Amino acid sequence: MQQVVFGIVAALIVFAAVRLVTTRNLVHGALYLLAVLAGAAILFLLFLAEFVAWVQVLVYIGAVVVLLLFGLMLTRAPIGNMALDSQTRPLAAVVSLAIFGITSTIVWKTFKGQTVHFSKPNTVDTLGRAIFSQYVLPFEIVSVVLLAALVGAVVLARKEE
Amino acid sequence: MPKGYFGEYLTLAFFAGMMLLLVAGTLGLNKLVSPKVHRDEKYLTYECGVDPVGGGWSQTQIRYYLFGLLFVVFDVEAVFLFPWAVVFDKLGTAAFVEMVIFIGILALGLAYAWRKKVLEWL
Amino acid sequence: MSMTFLADLVVILAKILIVFLVLSVLVIFIVWFERKVVAHMQSRLGPNRWGPFGLLTSVADGMKLMFKEPITPITADHVTFALAPGISMLAAFLAFASIPFGTSVLIFGHRATFEIADLNVGLLWVLAMGSLAVYGVVLAGWSSGSKYPLLGGIRSSAQMISYEIALSLSLIPVVMSAGSLSLRTIVHAQSGVIGSIGWLGPVGGVGKFIPHWYIFYHLPAFLIFLLAGVAETNRPPFDLAEADTELVGGYHTEYSGIKFAMFFLAEYLHVVTISALAVLLFLGGWNGVTPNLPVLGWIWPLLWFVAKVFFFVFLFVWLRATLPRLRYDKLMAVGWRVLIPAALTWLVVSGLAMAGSV
Repeated sequence: MQQVVFGIVAALIVFAAVRLVTTRNLVHGALYLLAVLAGAAILFLLFLAEFVAWVQVLVYIGAVVVLLLFGLMLTRAPIGNMALDSQTRPLAAVVSLAIFGITSTIVWKTFKGQTVHFSKPNTVDTLGRAIFSQYVLPFEIVSVVLLAALVGAVVLARKEE
Repeated sequence: MPKGYFGEYLTLAFFAGMMLLLVAGTLGLNKLVSPKVHRDEKYLTYECGVDPVGGGWSQTQIRYYLFGLLFVVFDVEAVFLFPWAVVFDKLGTAAFVEMVIFIGILALGLAYAWRKKVLEWL
Repeated sequence: MSMTFLADLVVILAKILIVFLVLSVLVIFIVWFERKVVAHMQSRLGPNRWGPFGLLTSVADGMKLMFKEPITPITADHVTFALAPGISMLAAFLAFASIPFGTSVLIFGHRATFEIADLNVGLLWVLAMGSLAVYGVVLAGWSSGSKYPLLGGIRSSAQMISYEIALSLSLIPVVMSAGSLSLRTIVHAQSGVIGSIGWLGPVGGVGKFIPHWYIFYHLPAFLIFLLAGVAETNRPPFDLAEADTELVGGYHTEYSGIKFAMFFLAEYLHVVTISALAVLLFLGGWNGVTPNLPVLGWIWPLLWFVAKVFFFVFLFVWLRATLPRLRYDKLMAVGWRVLIPAALTWLVVSGLAMAGSV
């Protein structure tokens, strides 16, 4: 049952991802990205990680894509079928294939032949314990990374004095 | 219907499907029962009753993007706060100090943005 | 296909149907209620033609909008134009899936709880669906192919994301007190009374009569939540999205007929969601201030819940009738320079207080 749902959702994600890069309209592209991310959230749910799933919706769908849309409105994303295409398609294809190759190789090498058993849902409780007792340093580094992003944005957007 | 984790989410998916049908049904029913009278003027965009001036496009300001970015940063912070709040009383002072450092670093960013006057709209 | 499976299915279907019907009727009622209350606050009569006290006015409005011709501007992006109100309405309905509105009831030997899905992270689900609402606004603004909706859309989406932060941050102290993200658990944690308050000395016994609701612990967080909640729903005095005087009608300028009605429905559903959240998180949910009357069973808690939600709905209407709209720069200033620092401060203060008491 879970595998059937996984197959369907994965197929939908792949379809949306292909449409995302082939569509001519930037905002439609953002909508397909939305579908990809929502599909990923459903996959997290299937892996019994409900907190991560809803965080995916909150942060990626609720914030990152909104930021993307703001960026599109900031630049030229005219309505209609005006073609906004760059001449770097082959290069982009090479880069994305390389990324796909690297990540899939890593995943393959790490989990080859392993069966991961999910026994019970991952609760927020276990997650919180893990972050705040084992992974304290990465957690604090996250705040520094966020601070860097924030300062960068302020420097970019600030009016010249 | 299975109980437990998958039961609840199956119910949720079921509910979502029905609401999706409802939305589609509302739009569909409207298409069925509404009159259709074609007039070119009807499909113009709003401009106080005269023909629209200029395109339907106007570029937005960079401020919106900045607030979008601030939003992402603080949304990530909030996401870390939720699991922390759940285990707060079980982990004790250490977790509290960790979170104070985390919030402190981000508050520094907010203070910086404030000092650089980007939190002001004008 | 066993009998229990069928019975479960029937219960779930019934629940979904009841939630949908109640919400629809509620929205129709609240639209009428708002018009009537605002009218009386302004010494007018308000709607009084259709049905007793004009109760059927909203029904008539809805019917009228359903039979209107759908008009899509020639410059619009057709698919997205229809998608935007759909997303708004869908997200608004879905947010209710994890909101519990009472204890539970025994039907034909089945214990049916009063919510559609009892998620362990129910609070997060409501917030996630709330964050989808911004898409309805930004897509409507963009897809209309018109200047005013675009400006209105981006403006109100910036407002919504700004206040979403304050909203999430104001909820953290409640989660700290309850130690759970499940809305049902949070309500259960608020049953009973505070008990004797040590630092009040001789009059500390008064705590035995104060219910153990988080509003009495986290009043600042509650106020931040309320302000941010009103801003999230784009309701006056934070209705910059519409701002008729400067932006025509905001992001839904080009919308008419049923698509407009869908935005309208979503807005009122959000009012109910925010009210329900306020009640569940700060006002003890279905816990009443009187002892439970066993004769009434599950009806008594349900009545308490509905009464509290209606108090907040009235508050929303009252705000609209009383306060003028904020200026946009003031609005952003309040969000980022008052509410967010205040929420963070309260979080640390209540953390200190709780760590001290452990």
